[in-house]
Amino acid sequence: MTGIEFIKACSAIGAGLAMIAGIGPGIGQGFAAGKGAEAVGRQPEAQSDIVRTMLLGAAVAETTGIYGLIVALILLFANPFI
Amino acid sequence: MEGPKIYGYIYGFPITQTLVNMWIIFAIVFVLCYVLTKNMEKIPRKTQVIAEVMIDSMDNLVGQTMGKDKMGFAPYMLALIMFLAVANTSGLYGLRSPTADLNVTVGLALMTFFMTQGFGLKSKGIGGYLKSFLQPMPFLLPINIIGELANPVSLSFRLFGNMLGGLIIMSLLYSGLAGLIYLPLVIPIPFHFYFDIFAGLLQSFIFVMLSMVFVSMAMD
Repeated sequence: MTGIEFIKACSAIGAGLAMIAGIGPGIGQGFAAGKGAEAVGRQPEAQSDIVRTMLLGAAVAETTGIYGLIVALILLFANPFI
Repeated sequence: MEGPKIYGYIYGFPITQTLVNMWIIFAIVFVLCYVLTKNMEKIPRKTQVIAEVMIDSMDNLVGQTMGKDKMGFAPYMLALIMFLAVANTSGLYGLRSPTADLNVTVGLALMTFFMTQGFGLKSKGIGGYLKSFLQPMPFLLPINIIGELANPVSLSFRLFGNMLGGLIIMSLLYSGLAGLIYLPLVIPIPFHFYFDIFAGLLQSFIFVMLSMVFVSMAMD
């Protein structure tokens, strides 16, 4: 195995490992959606406000997962080590 | 998976696929606005009603999120959401989405960043603006500066990551279905619905919403 092949194989494993970051946003968005459902159940007339706030919070919680995705994409398609 | 193609150079300036697709999208938005607001009358007709509903709901959103004193931002935000909505759903009619290019999203996020800093400076005055970096404790100054600089990074990467992720999954799906006959007509439909329509419209809404929140937080 040459050096370049070794780097490519390690980059693929690294991209897979980087996507473990997807756990965090999953938990966070599920928590936000659960709390949103609770709030709608308690106060159905404020549904539009609750949904808007929930989407905003879910989007912010998503950021770390997107960073993991960007790292994985850089390792796969724009590898700085080759 | 490849990046946007380069069609040619004008005086050394590359004309990329992103740029050409953005011109097409500008044309679509321009024609849409022209058709919707043509022949405005006191008693609105169908097209005018659509335009009035869009402007009304944007006014409501800006009024609720930013406060009634910042209604002047509504036209900018409506223009931004119209461009983003058309750009993010452009995978439906076969264009490579311009927002799947980091240059475009960083440009949009930098617009929000400079609006945040500029309007914060304007409404707080130079003393209040500098003092806001020392809140709540003076030794948190580096953290506050990093926090301000992280806003455009997270804004642009969120949009870019979502759109590029959708694009990659769609192109993998199409290349996987390439040899088959009838299945490529049916199977991509729910994926298009999710990645182009749902995620695209949601991300454009979130981009505009976060821009509004950042600007109004910097101003009060």
